[in-house]
Amino acid sequence: MSVSGLTRASRAHPGFVAAFIHRLSGLALALFLPMHFLALGLALEAGSFAGFIDWTNQPWVKISESLLVTALAVHFAGGLRLLCIEFLGLTRAQGLWISLVLAFASGVGVLFLLRAF
Amino acid sequence: MSAPERILQVDIRRGGEAGDYERFEVPERENQTVLDVVTYIQRHLDAALAYRFSCRVGVCGSCAMTVNGRPRWTCRTHVARVVRGGKLTLAPLANLPVIRDLVTDMTPFFEKWQAARGRFVPGDGPRGEMAAVSPGDKQRMAASDAIECINCGVCHAACDVVSWREDYLGPAALNRAWAAWNDVRDGDRNGILRAVTSGGGCHTCHTHQSCAEHCPVSLNPTFSIAGLKRESLKAKLRGELK
Repeated sequence: MSVSGLTRASRAHPGFVAAFIHRLSGLALALFLPMHFLALGLALEAGSFAGFIDWTNQPWVKISESLLVTALAVHFAGGLRLLCIEFLGLTRAQGLWISLVLAFASGVGVLFLLRAF
Repeated sequence: MSAPERILQVDIRRGGEAGDYERFEVPERENQTVLDVVTYIQRHLDAALAYRFSCRVGVCGSCAMTVNGRPRWTCRTHVARVVRGGKLTLAPLANLPVIRDLVTDMTPFFEKWQAARGRFVPGDGPRGEMAAVSPGDKQRMAASDAIECINCGVCHAACDVVSWREDYLGPAALNRAWAAWNDVRDGDRNGILRAVTSGGGCHTCHTHQSCAEHCPVSLNPTFSIAGLKRESLKAKLRGELK
């Protein structure tokens, strides 16, 4: 999809934005997985693991972690919304449901950030 | 002294698949629709302009075009609502072959309606009496929610998945199939589910809801497609779909 396609006038509505955020958050999580496995691998070696933990104490890493947690929350809640549409016939007030998904994810991200510092 | 006449700058895509935009200047009028603008151009500025319309009152579904980047029915779209800085950009509907200027070939669109089996199939033998379907029946109400489609092709043009996958049946055909499946008199409802679960069927939908966003008569094909997804899954679990 080109940038001009992304900003096509016919895509300027909550359903497309929700789908786009869902995809982006899924991509972010997929990119994060190798980091996660790296951390697990390092846990076998005490010295390296301590170094890794020190590295994660940097503010920018904590902020990045919060964004990842937000991505996880938005992907989780957005996925539940889709399942509700398809299996429970959740058909009304989609704008409200999309807003709730984003509010839930933002809340989770902010809580994580508060605990990180 | 009357106010000076305001002029609309109208860019219209001309030619076939490899066309380009041509600018026309059209006097702005009160309560003017986009279809009025196109008709003015065809009658006063360029008689060769090709476009399609019939009823002019939002019933026939033949005048849909892309207006400032969005698919719309032009006969019920007031210029005042969509004009930006005195400019309008008109193009044929997306996701369909262009015949010429603003006219698309609707053949693939209606072929998909047939492929989705959105037509009534009678049951075995003559019925002794009329089938009794209560207006409050759940399936009757689901059919009512989907049945007012005017075949304009706006949802088909707005759908991302249609633009990505040539074999995708599209929101209009699947919405019609959902209305047909909810007709309890139909003699082969599992046949509908078989048709809509083949390659490019209902499970291809990504639930972007562009169809629902753009439908000029406020139908919600996304939810019709979700209904087909549910019912096909149930039929599969019951062993009725191979």
